[in-house]
Amino acid sequence: MSVRRVMGIETELGITSTQVDARGELLTPMLLSGQVVRAYAAGAGPRAAMPTGSGWDYADETPLRDARGYEMARALADVSQLTDVEDPTVANSVLSNGARFYVDHAHPEYSSPEVTSPREAVRYDRAGELVGLAALRTLAQEGREVRLYKNNVDGKGASYGTHENYLVPRSIPFERLARQLIPFLVARPVIAGAGRVGLGQVSERPGFQLSQRADYLEAEVGLETTLRRPIVNTRDEPHATPHVHRRLHVIVGDATMADVTTLLAVGSLSAVLRLVETHPDGVPDVALADPVQAVRQVSHDPTLRATVETVDGRRLTGVDVLETYLEAVERAVASGHDAWRPDDDTTEVLTRWRQVLDALRRDPAECAGQVEWVAKLSLLERYRERSGAGWGDPRLAAMDIQWHDLDPQRGLAQKLRAAGRLERLMPEGAVAAAVTEPPEDTRAWFRGECVRRYGDDVRAASWDSVVMLDERGRLRRVQVPEPTAATRERISGLLERHTRTATLLTELASEDV
Amino acid sequence: MAGSQQYRSRRRDDDAPEPEAPTPPPAAPQAQGAERDEALDSLLDEIDGVLETNATDFVHGFVQKGGQ
Repeated sequence: MSVRRVMGIETELGITSTQVDARGELLTPMLLSGQVVRAYAAGAGPRAAMPTGSGWDYADETPLRDARGYEMARALADVSQLTDVEDPTVANSVLSNGARFYVDHAHPEYSSPEVTSPREAVRYDRAGELVGLAALRTLAQEGREVRLYKNNVDGKGASYGTHENYLVPRSIPFERLARQLIPFLVARPVIAGAGRVGLGQVSERPGFQLSQRADYLEAEVGLETTLRRPIVNTRDEPHATPHVHRRLHVIVGDATMADVTTLLAVGSLSAVLRLVETHPDGVPDVALADPVQAVRQVSHDPTLRATVETVDGRRLTGVDVLETYLEAVERAVASGHDAWRPDDDTTEVLTRWRQVLDALRRDPAECAGQVEWVAKLSLLERYRERSGAGWGDPRLAAMDIQWHDLDPQRGLAQKLRAAGRLERLMPEGAVAAAVTEPPEDTRAWFRGECVRRYGDDVRAASWDSVVMLDERGRLRRVQVPEPTAATRERISGLLERHTRTATLLTELASEDV
Repeated sequence: MAGSQQYRSRRRDDDAPEPEAPTPPPAAPQAQGAERDEALDSLLDEIDGVLETNATDFVHGFVQKGGQ
């Protein structure tokens, strides 16, 4: 309980290359993304990644189903919303750490495996950076130059997502969940933003803001993720026993390179969700008069003095809004409620959250080692002082992009990490281990171990299934609808007993495909 | 790459704080400003070698397709 729950982070990476085709045209981002995914699978070897020719099992995907209880007509859907149709030219791989690495639209996307704590979410998110980097190194050996950026905007109107997923009980009314969550999501960039140079969707005004995504959010609640992006996304695709679970799909967040920022982003949100679940009357009532407008007001003011108006006429800063939620969480912990026994994960998140909020009130610059937008702003402000560059200077826009470069030789955030200027929550070895080893306490362990142990016979996988060949060459689907089933503790004995897929399948309940 | 070699050798010369240790939580705010600037200056000196030399072209060329 507490801040612990099943969660995961998906990141679409920015991609560039100078590679050209036979006619001298730059390769499309779709092709480049395919190169990246294939290169990872090729470089990592069969025990670390499913070959990209194998598939994703789409049997359970319902991207047009809405949490409000209806399904969008396919004819009305924008083609970019149709994520459940297999495109044979699109590369897809499932990794031995339980992650999915594939081409989503025109970006390589790393979807982390399901984990059960904010700290593990950080570790597997960082592992995704190493997956991207490994792919780039394989491509470099083939003489193909590609760069990957863990950011969310190009400054010219395009935005691509970092989505967080949280398992919540189906029994929580979605309308209340959305209502109680919106003010928190509006203010969260104060502690979770990656920072951005430029204001407006095409950076039409010079300046610096807290969030990469703020200017691309255009609705309060909705199904879309690629256009008219909402603060609360209603996609109802639980990838889990549907009458028990809901997967809250959060699309407002930034890709983050700073460990503590990632921890605060998912940890604080998980705590607020727990509050919504266990203390519905204890969730602060800070309903905002205009949430979409408020997202921009908060993001556009690095001094943190801008206020947003509540429905009942109060004016609160982003820090005020977050503090209201934090105080409510702290009260819930103090209440001794069963769901709030403070384990180490909860203590870590709440202590950090409190420290950072207090420091932000004193002087945001104090958080330069923890909060990514502050780290980026501090570096850029010092550069401005030395160079005289104004916020419209392309050198600052260049540094903003380069901040997120996955190559440690060029990436500025990585330079700060290496110099000890961005606090790290875990040794590099722990991150490296997460590239190949699945989390032990979710079904990602089964998925990842299937890739590692039975890779030759795995034909497809999804979040809740693995499809394998039996000895007669028939495809069999093993379903794992419960995210915390098929953990190491529960099934390592079973997998140890079966070195061959065929005998494993005879013991496991599986269905014909 | 030259940039990284230069970076590593300078690190040894300066005997800067160990990069593996977690940064302590924010300490007392006073007298930090100047130290911060100094640390950022040495970092900016290091970064200078790897910054894109033609910022205008680099920014212009960073064009992405919209995603989710």
